Amino acid sequence: MLNYNKFDVDKIREDFPILNREVNGKPLIYFDNAATSQTPKQVIDVIVDYYSNYNANIHRGVHTLSQEATDLYEQARLKIQKHFNAKFNHEIILTSGTTHSINLIANGFSTLLGEKDEVLVSALEHHSNIVPWQMLCERTGATLKVIPMNENGELIMSAYEALLSEHTKLVFVNHISNALGTINPIAEMIKKAHQVGAAVLIDGAQSCPHVQPDVQALDVDFYVASAHKMCGPTGIGLLYGKEEWLNKLPPYQGGGEMIDEVTFEKTTYAGLPHKFEAGTPNICGGIAFGTAVDYMTAIGFDAIATYEHELLEYATDKLLQIEGLKIYGTAKEKTSVISFNIEGIHPYDIGTILDKMGIAVRTGHHCAQPIMDFYKIPGTIRASFAFYNTKAEIDALVEGVKKAKMMLL
Amino acid sequence: MTIAEIQDEIIDEFSMFDDWEERYQYMIDLGKTLPLIDEQYKTEDYIIRGCQSKVWVHAEMNADKVIFTADSDAIITKGIIAILIRVFSDQHPKDIIESHTEFIDQIGLKEHLSPTRANGLVSMIKQIKMYAIAYQTQLN
Repeated sequence: MLNYNKFDVDKIREDFPILNREVNGKPLIYFDNAATSQTPKQVIDVIVDYYSNYNANIHRGVHTLSQEATDLYEQARLKIQKHFNAKFNHEIILTSGTTHSINLIANGFSTLLGEKDEVLVSALEHHSNIVPWQMLCERTGATLKVIPMNENGELIMSAYEALLSEHTKLVFVNHISNALGTINPIAEMIKKAHQVGAAVLIDGAQSCPHVQPDVQALDVDFYVASAHKMCGPTGIGLLYGKEEWLNKLPPYQGGGEMIDEVTFEKTTYAGLPHKFEAGTPNICGGIAFGTAVDYMTAIGFDAIATYEHELLEYATDKLLQIEGLKIYGTAKEKTSVISFNIEGIHPYDIGTILDKMGIAVRTGHHCAQPIMDFYKIPGTIRASFAFYNTKAEIDALVEGVKKAKMMLL
Repeated sequence: MTIAEIQDEIIDEFSMFDDWEERYQYMIDLGKTLPLIDEQYKTEDYIIRGCQSKVWVHAEMNADKVIFTADSDAIITKGIIAILIRVFSDQHPKDIIESHTEFIDQIGLKEHLSPTRANGLVSMIKQIKMYAIAYQTQLN
C-alpha cells in the first residue's frame, strides 16, 4: 500500500486520472466534492482486478472464486470496522449508501415507536435525513420535532436541550451539514440524548471524507455513511449499529443471504450482519470501499483536515473580496464547504457560466430546502474542496465568479 | 414565418458568434430585455418547478394561433425561453405539435435541455406541446 510521508498535493493529484481531463476545452476544476469525491487509481485498479480475477457470488459457493471473493469482501468489512473503531465486525452492515442505511433504521423503528413518542431532527438535515423520519412518524403516530439553527448555520443547543424529554425516542443529526459545512457538536448531543434514554443516529455522509469518527468514543447508536464521498465507488455505504440495537430491530428486506432456515411455515433469520444484507450485495463496491479507506488512511486524516482547512480559509478570504458576495454558513466549526450567492444573480446562472470555464460547482438547494427557506433564498452556489484541490484552482474559481458576475449583472 | 424558417434564422444568428462567451452574453441580454409574461400569471398555477430554476408559462389563443408568454427566475433560462417563444409563439397549434427542437442542439445550447439540468426547460417544451394539443382539439 501507499506511504505518503509528507502531504504533497501534486503527487496526490497523480493518483486521480479524472483530474487530467478537460471540460469545455478547459482543465477540469472539480469543486463538487460534497456531492461525490473523485476516485484514485488505487480504487479503480481494485475494481478492474475484481472483475478480471475474482468475480463470483459470495457466502455460498464452495468453489475457489467464491471463497476468494468472500474473503476479500469480509476483509473489507474488517477494514471498515477498524476505521470506525466498531467493537465487532458484525456491527458493520454494508448497504447501498447513506440513504439506504437511514431507511433501514427508520423502517426498523416502525415497530418500536408509538403515538406518545417524539423524534428530533436538526434544521440542518439533507432531505434523506428528513423524509424517512416523516414517513416513520406517519406510520407510527409519533411526532417529528426540529432542532432549530441560528443565522450562522449552527444548531441552537439550548433549544435542543429544551426539546429533549422522556418522550424523545430518537435523535437524528448530521455530523457535518452538506449545504453549509457546519460541524455539529455530536459528542455532546449524543450524551444529552442518552440522558433521556433516546437513541441517536448520526448521518456521516459529509464527515467521513474529512474526519475519522470513533463510534465507540462517541457512544453513538447508529452511524451511517457513503463510500462515494470518500474516494470509493457509488452504490455502497455503511450502517454502523450497536449490536444490541441491531439485534432488537427487525430485518429490512427479505431474500437470500439474510435467512437461517426457510420453510413455508416460518423463516428464521441469519445473525448479524447478514440479517440486514438480503440478496447479492455490491461485492466489488464493498471491496473497493475497503481500498478507499486504506487510501485515505495512508494520506492521513490529520493531514487532510489541516490542508483542507487551509483551502477553506484561503477561498473564504478571496471570495469575500468580491463585492456583493455573501457566504451562507459561517459556523465557527466548519469543513471545506462554501455556500454563497452574489446579490442580484440567480445561483443557476453563475453555475452555468462556471461550467463553461471547466469549473464544477453545485447549484440549487442541495437537497436541503428547509435551510434555503430559512435564509429565504432559492439556492446557493456551493464549492466544496477535497485534499486533491489546490489554491491555484481556487484562484481560477474566484476569477470565474468575477467574470460570471460581469456577464450577468 | 414558419417555425422551421424562424429556427433557421436563429441558427444563422448564432453562427456569427465565435465562442461560448458571445453566445451566452447574447442569451443573457435577451433574458434581460424581453418582457415575457404578465405578472398576474407568475403564480403557482403557471409554474414549472425545476430543481435549479423556476419557469412560468402562460398560453392563450388569438384567432387560430397560440400565444405563449413565459418567464424564469434565472437569466440564462430566461434567455432560452425568449428563443423558444420566438419559435413557438404566434403559431398554429398543428404546426407546434409537428415541430422539432433540434435547432437548440445546432446553436450549441443542447445542455440546457438535458433533464439532469433540472431547470424547467424540458418541462416547458412539453408544456408548450401540451397546450398546442389541447388547442388543436378545440379547433377540431
